[in-house]
Amino acid sequence: MQKLFQAKVYVSLKKGLADPQGSTIKEALESLGYRNLSEVRFGKYIEVKLRAKTKKGAEQKLKEMCGKLLVNPIIEEYSYHIEEEG
Amino acid sequence: MKEPERITLDLVRAHGLTEEEYKKIKDMLGRDPNFTELGIFSVMWSEHCSYKSSKPLLRMFPTSGENILIKAGEENAGVVDIGEGLAVVMKMESHNHPSAVEPFQGAATGVGGIIRDIFTMGARPIALLDSLRFGHLGNGHNRYLFSGVVGGIAAYGNCMGIPTVGGEVYFDETYEGNPLVNVMCVGVARRDNLVKARAGGLGNPVLYVGADTGRDGLGGASFASRELTEESDKDRPAVQIGDPFKEKLLLEACLELLNTGVVVGMQDMGAAGLTSSTSETASRGNSGMRIDLSLVPRREEGMIPYELMLSESQERMLVIIKRGKERETRRVFDKWDLHAVPIGEVTDDGYLTVLDKDRRVAEIPVKFLTEDAPVYMREEREPEYLGKIKDVSISTIPEPQDYDDVLKILLASPTISSKRWVYEQYDYMIRTDTVLRPGGDAAVIRIKGTEKAIALTCDGNGRYCFLDPYEGGKIAVAEAARNVVCVGAKPLAITNCLNFGNPTKPYVFWQFRRCVEGIADACGILETPVSGGNVSFYNENPKGAIDPTPVVGMLGLIEKMDFLCTPWFKKEGDLIILLGECREEIGGSEYLQLIHGLKAGQIPRLDLERERAVQNTCLEVIRAHLVSSAHDCSEGGLAVTLAECCISNSGKERGAIIELEAFPEILSIRMDALLFGETQSRILISCHPRNFLQIQRVARRNKVPCARLGVVTGDRLTIRRIKKRVLDLSLKELGEKWRKGLSHGDD
Amino acid sequence: MRFGVVVFPGSNCDYDCYYVVRDLLGEEVDFIWHKERRVEGFDCLILPGGFSYGDYLRTGAIARFSPIMRAVSGFAARGGLVIGICNGFQILLESNLLPGAMMKNKNLRFICRFVNIRVENNLTSFTNLCQIGQVLKVPIAHIDGSYYADHEIIGTLKENNQIIFRYCNEEGGLAQESNPNGSKDFIAGISNRQGNVLGLMPHPERASESILGSEDGRLIFESVVRAVKGRVK
Repeated sequence: MQKLFQAKVYVSLKKGLADPQGSTIKEALESLGYRNLSEVRFGKYIEVKLRAKTKKGAEQKLKEMCGKLLVNPIIEEYSYHIEEEG
Repeated sequence: MKEPERITLDLVRAHGLTEEEYKKIKDMLGRDPNFTELGIFSVMWSEHCSYKSSKPLLRMFPTSGENILIKAGEENAGVVDIGEGLAVVMKMESHNHPSAVEPFQGAATGVGGIIRDIFTMGARPIALLDSLRFGHLGNGHNRYLFSGVVGGIAAYGNCMGIPTVGGEVYFDETYEGNPLVNVMCVGVARRDNLVKARAGGLGNPVLYVGADTGRDGLGGASFASRELTEESDKDRPAVQIGDPFKEKLLLEACLELLNTGVVVGMQDMGAAGLTSSTSETASRGNSGMRIDLSLVPRREEGMIPYELMLSESQERMLVIIKRGKERETRRVFDKWDLHAVPIGEVTDDGYLTVLDKDRRVAEIPVKFLTEDAPVYMREEREPEYLGKIKDVSISTIPEPQDYDDVLKILLASPTISSKRWVYEQYDYMIRTDTVLRPGGDAAVIRIKGTEKAIALTCDGNGRYCFLDPYEGGKIAVAEAARNVVCVGAKPLAITNCLNFGNPTKPYVFWQFRRCVEGIADACGILETPVSGGNVSFYNENPKGAIDPTPVVGMLGLIEKMDFLCTPWFKKEGDLIILLGECREEIGGSEYLQLIHGLKAGQIPRLDLERERAVQNTCLEVIRAHLVSSAHDCSEGGLAVTLAECCISNSGKERGAIIELEAFPEILSIRMDALLFGETQSRILISCHPRNFLQIQRVARRNKVPCARLGVVTGDRLTIRRIKKRVLDLSLKELGEKWRKGLSHGDD
Repeated sequence: MRFGVVVFPGSNCDYDCYYVVRDLLGEEVDFIWHKERRVEGFDCLILPGGFSYGDYLRTGAIARFSPIMRAVSGFAARGGLVIGICNGFQILLESNLLPGAMMKNKNLRFICRFVNIRVENNLTSFTNLCQIGQVLKVPIAHIDGSYYADHEIIGTLKENNQIIFRYCNEEGGLAQESNPNGSKDFIAGISNRQGNVLGLMPHPERASESILGSEDGRLIFESVVRAVKGRVK
């Protein structure tokens, strides 16, 4: 019996890589008066709904998608959150 | 990163230095270098920075001429006089290895780097061109590389507001796994505003401007000086991420600062970053420099001196200003929200002295790093493959049954087909000076405020150079010159990017030498000196070296705007004329490769005197307003050239009827060689019938064959021989094939 | 009359607009740096194309906070003429001076080419020299140019005649093939309700000389001159 899972994938540039978008946004925030910002990183957020028998299976599929398409491992890293749809 | 305690030979080798080179370093210094110094030597003595294998041969290039203001090698880019107090600054550079690893960022940062080389000289960048080569598009990875590279160039160039006006794209299996991404940037400056990349004036402040330093591209220059292997994925340096927005601010701020007269010298922190910019400016200025690394803005924690000196973070500049002018300088950079940080000063002791607060982390005479870098005469040997593939007898090749099909296949091949899919992703119109857009023989950029325009193109053919590097080198120059002549420009000077395999392989070095000789000879006779260039070695994939691929970037001058000429047929009833002659030459042609699967044979012979005569004839008849169009006859031969003249002006296509008996050569040449052979020194023109006699007269005076082939008419391209049809296709069909070659049917 | 061309960090069509006004129209024009807080003595402000703040986050999203934008809003509220071209249009959208938003082109790629646009309303200060239904040949050059607005906004735009230009074919027909970026309802340019703020994706400044392939874009600048000079009389 397949269940429906909702996955949220957060993609960002790898730590240590220059993040021009992030630093430009940080400067803009500072010029709007927001001080004490230590860092702004820009990223992408992707939602995927998928069917699988188990959560583990869904996770495995999701990791595969990240490796194949969603994430460019040369410059990006990702984290995700996955749960069964109620 | 942690500093190793001892310098071992393994460590030396890991830096790409040989044992002998390390010994030389020790002898010069009179002591062992420390780890930071080893890093500094390794990048400055890398092939990429030192040209240690190519230097002796590059001396063959003619580098002076009446229009050359700054000669190749004296500065970061050559400078060509175009009159009225104006100078053109141009340079081409490769970003092959970074693009193989991450195509989008690799190509983008390639564009960024070459732009900085132009504006640091005080010139406003006005055009970009790209010469690209990939493996076949049938392979998914090659499609990924191709679209990534084009996307990266578009993202960076478009954001900078510099039009990408031309270039070339080839697909061949030799570039599988090692694509070529060569970017050319052209700028214009007032002659008296040119700045040199040299440090002078004891005590003048040295400023660091632009992005913060991270661990990007650590050791990129030595990375570029090695072969790409399966292992490269692991040991590659951190990918550099381009920030075109920051660079746009740098561009505007630097040009504004230059106008205030406070700048002594400026250099981009490109390959080898802080190391090369400090030592090269000091070396050119015959001075020294002292910098304190603790003052360098950084993006990451815990960076050691070695990393700071070798980082290749993008969008950074080294600026040397006059002492006491700090306030003016800060005002300009503040306006553009850029930080200019004083990190040191010019000295007169001839040393590069690097401090980290109070600690001395490196102390090296700058000339050791620049002029005293090793130079090698590499071993060379004519490759064995040449003996096997050169002699292909044309009689063993079957003649095609259906020439319509052959033409359609050629037009639809990605290398020949329309490059619209590529250039429409580039903003080629910005600055409102692009009077001849991409897709013609050369791009034409007008110079506002004058009557003038410049013509730009880049050309190279790796297959020709594989089969005959000397003739191939000559052809690259000749074709580039012919292209600018076809738009009505006088060829002035070239820049180049020489892409080869591993120079320590004797056959690669032989290819290199022969190509350089060919380019040098052609530049000599066509009077287009070499204003600068770049060498990219170690372009290899698991199958071996890529085909030798020198790319020539040509600058031409149109003194008066109304000399401008375009390639496409225009008026019903115009005559079609060929300048030059057809020979039975199909070796190395697209036809032979695509239709018969052969990469072999004797490539077309190029007679440089004839070439010059054809170009002079063409320029003279264009400038006398005798012709309606002119188009260079190159890949795909006469038939493809005719088709392009018919269909390349989208929406205003014109047909043609060609009578082959007009060719004196018709009796002695096979039909396929006549239609698809790539004999050099040919230009296809069209003209009003009343101008034909005059054109003939000019051609005769120049001893150039001039045959009337047919007439512009109707909506088909028809080629006949004694009234019998040889080839007959509607323009609609030709256009569809030609336009669909690259677009994946989505547009 | 006097035009002002606003320069944001990353603007790159600023000089092209300046050139058209000064050299081709022969009118007065100044650059206005984005850190200025006042705009005085101008009859028309141009927000030029480019990549303000690198187009980071969203096109125009950061530029709308530049000090000059408050002044531009005030200028517009007083009835001053404002043209936003390409990135300038995107900034006007983010600033809520015009309704709607921009999405990526339908092919997800940057597109630089000449397109045809049809004049839908010629009773504005920007189109008074055009005919209704007239087809103008003007280039586009953008990657985020697919205009989007919900049903309600589109309805209001239609009701108030705020759709000024639509993408079309050479004959003026509306066909999906001639909608280069997938804009909603073929929209290439809109105005505010009062008709004094225009935003358009195509670049009229690149089509103001025959040597560049079209002079049609000049009609927009010349209409402005006519409107302003007529008003003074």
